[in-house]
Amino acid sequence: MAVGKEIRTQISSIKNTQKITSAMEMVAASKMRKAQDRMELGKPYAQRIRAVIGHIAHATPEYHHVFFDTREVKRVGYIVVSTDRGLCGGLNTNLFKATVAAMKANRDANIEVDVCAIGAKSMNFFKNFGGNVLASVRDMGEKPEAADIVGVVKVMLDKFENGELDQVFVVSNEFVNTMTQKPTVQQLLPLEPSDEDELKGHWDYLYEPDAQELLDGLLDRYIESQVYQAVVENNACEQAARMIAMKNATDNAGDLIDNLQLVYNKARQAAITQELSEIVGGASAV
Amino acid sequence: MATTLHCDIVSAEKSIFSGSVEMIVATGVLGDLGIVPGHAALLTQLIPGPVKLTMEGGAEEIFYVSGGFLEVQPGVTTLLADTAERAEDLDEAAATKAIEEAEQEIADRQADFDYGSAAARIAEAAAQLRALRQHKR
Repeated sequence: MAVGKEIRTQISSIKNTQKITSAMEMVAASKMRKAQDRMELGKPYAQRIRAVIGHIAHATPEYHHVFFDTREVKRVGYIVVSTDRGLCGGLNTNLFKATVAAMKANRDANIEVDVCAIGAKSMNFFKNFGGNVLASVRDMGEKPEAADIVGVVKVMLDKFENGELDQVFVVSNEFVNTMTQKPTVQQLLPLEPSDEDELKGHWDYLYEPDAQELLDGLLDRYIESQVYQAVVENNACEQAARMIAMKNATDNAGDLIDNLQLVYNKARQAAITQELSEIVGGASAV
Repeated sequence: MATTLHCDIVSAEKSIFSGSVEMIVATGVLGDLGIVPGHAALLTQLIPGPVKLTMEGGAEEIFYVSGGFLEVQPGVTTLLADTAERAEDLDEAAATKAIEEAEQEIADRQADFDYGSAAARIAEAAAQLRALRQHKR
């Protein structure tokens, strides 16, 4: 029967798509759990080292590290952490919107902007959008390692040390929960003192062995851990966003199939009715 | 004066310990240091070695850290370890074997021999054994 051949092929092609999206949903769900674990494990360290740095910024150290310098802002750098792959809903788009808004605010104030791109999507975005990309890295996979990121971050740190950049920000997605990911812009440099009041006043640490060696090591570790944590968290966001996006796609495919099936059934029924009435008409004519 | 201070031990992989303790003994670059409540603000680098916590009531717990940083603030001490483990989770046989292997490498060294790495491995394994010995006592 030739009725609704096009509809049948369309239904079967949507069914194939649905199979793919539902498989991707399940893959993303399992990857998300792992990525979330990685994020949770790294969190305590990142938070503690952040607190320690906040304390140090309050101290009046014998050795002043350049990372604590607050200068007049003429040029700022953004480290934009995106995903490597697409099909994760509006995750990257929202992130870039937030970045562009922050950049525009700076440009309006006559502040130059440099970018360091982490992830294929942000590399491509700034290629099209036209940002001054200083360094980029991509394809870090699901288990990013600190060593992958150190190189590009070093570029930004060196610029800050030379006075070519006056502020450095990290833009990445914050994992609120599975349904919600929030793009955040976080200041990395200069280091800001924590807002604990009891630390105000003139005091300093005892340093062992000496302040310079110690602070250099600690600050490097700090920057590394903050950026690494941002990358790991963004990874968890990616998987969560992909899971949701694929779930929606699967549901939508289901709706489409239901509708098409209805149309197909109606057409088939109409054809049968027509045939019947033709036969009946033919018989009564004899 | 307070008789306890809060101590946090975190490694890059996880949070190992968080709670009140009476005393902390850690291995700094310039030697062992003991921290009791009321200690002055201090920042130091740690080398591989055992960390001994004396809990309220006198119970002791031994950890092993492979290096990191120690920050003392009035009332709060934070230990940022590169890697950290509870002493009871350490593997004595593996540590002994690591020392033997590294010593063997030093004994018949090749042209491209990395003395620093072997020495670091010995130091780490020896520190693990020290932590284990303290734990057994």
